[in-house]
Amino acid sequence: MGGLLEVLKGMWVTFKAMFERPKTYQYPEVKRPVRQRFKGRHVLKRYENGLEKCIGCSLCAAACPADAIFVEASENTDAARFSPGERYASTYEINMLRCIFCGYCEDACPTEAIILGDNYELSFTDRSQSIYTREKLLEAAPPGGKTTPQQVEPGMFDRSIPVMKNPD
Amino acid sequence: MDLWLIVEWVVKSGILLAILVTGFAYTTLYERKLAARIQVRIGPNRVGPWGLLQPLADGIKLIFKEELIPAKAYKAIFILAPIITVVPALVIMAVVPWGSSIELFGRTILLGIADINVAVLYILSVASISVYGIVLAGWSSNNKYSMMGGLRSSAQMVSYELALGLSFVGPILLAGSMSMVDIVDAQRGLWYILLQPIGAFIFYVAALAEVNRSPFDMPEAEQELTAGYHTEYSGMKFALFFMGEYIKMAAVSAIFATLFLGGFRGPFIDQFPLLGPIYLLAKIVISLGIMIWIRATLPRLRYDRLMSFGWKVLLPLALANVFLTAVVIVVFGL
Repeated sequence: MGGLLEVLKGMWVTFKAMFERPKTYQYPEVKRPVRQRFKGRHVLKRYENGLEKCIGCSLCAAACPADAIFVEASENTDAARFSPGERYASTYEINMLRCIFCGYCEDACPTEAIILGDNYELSFTDRSQSIYTREKLLEAAPPGGKTTPQQVEPGMFDRSIPVMKNPD
Repeated sequence: MDLWLIVEWVVKSGILLAILVTGFAYTTLYERKLAARIQVRIGPNRVGPWGLLQPLADGIKLIFKEELIPAKAYKAIFILAPIITVVPALVIMAVVPWGSSIELFGRTILLGIADINVAVLYILSVASISVYGIVLAGWSSNNKYSMMGGLRSSAQMVSYELALGLSFVGPILLAGSMSMVDIVDAQRGLWYILLQPIGAFIFYVAALAEVNRSPFDMPEAEQELTAGYHTEYSGMKFALFFMGEYIKMAAVSAIFATLFLGGFRGPFIDQFPLLGPIYLLAKIVISLGIMIWIRATLPRLRYDRLMSFGWKVLLPLALANVFLTAVVIVVFGL
């Protein structure tokens, strides 16, 4: 008899739930904002003037436990400058089938060029589409900045590592 | 025999089959929608307006699925088993009346396929056939999970059938007839659920066990038996098992409505006999809703508790109920 009462109590709980507002997000139309420290698809960042932060050092590739990153560097010139300093990443590929989104690349980067962003819509229909190239990963040039390659005055962007500031 | 009588039967059977098969499809949608609301979700809403074409999409998907037959299965029985499960579920509805008679084309047409004088016995005997479908499916798959599911279902269904049969006795004694039409007519004043609350409770619980619905869905307990007796089934054969289950749910609801909820009776039924099917449908939909609600609420019973509940609680309770009803009828001469 006590068991029956418990059953009826449970039924009452689910009956009340029937009249609650559904918690569903209608996904493709309504997207739930991601958490602040969410690790999504990588983004290659730029400076305010539009130069790429990535200097092609391959430290991210070395830090990557899944061996998902491939970097090839080329020389910058003042006539065609991609990033401050000597070199820039002429090839930058991330294999999203290998990437485990651990964020070690982010930690390894000396110029904070690679950031795990908030894009989680990474589906693709072909294996070749799983390789995200430099062009896909680079963010758009910020307003006021120009896209790369830029023609700059000689001697302006010779240092590749930005001058360190004390933390505020 | 009168040719027009045969035409009438064929037409009525065709209508009933069409209603049952589309009804099965929409029962799945009903279940998914209602269970979703209970779980504070929305449920399928992408195919068609409010997801109303979802059953159609499911059907098309199942038709295009590959039909797998395991190499070591007993092929003939493996194919026959889903059919044995579905057919009794379909024919059981034949004795449920959906209304009184109407005049059409100068003929008196009974709303309902047949009014036989042993309708209740017919229901019990046909309902037991579907056990064979499940047991044979489990055995012919040649898979230990299927076998376990089939064995469990046979034990469970045989146990609960006794209580189910005894719960029929109350309305039979009160109405003094085994014909469903007579039982409905006898509930003109008072529904039998008010005179037979224990009988109605036993019927509902035993019926849930009989159609293998949660919390008695032992034969397909997915956590222990992957999918029980239909583990090896795919495509349309799998769909047939589901069709059997959902049509049996509807049939059991219809029988419950007929025996305990006054069947097709409702306000103004004597002036407008065509309201009968609508009242019956409404009662079936409510009963199905309660079944879905129970499924979305209660966890599955453990197997030994299921058996001891059936034999030690439900059966004595049903016997006591029959005894009490008979004594009251004799003493008060109802």
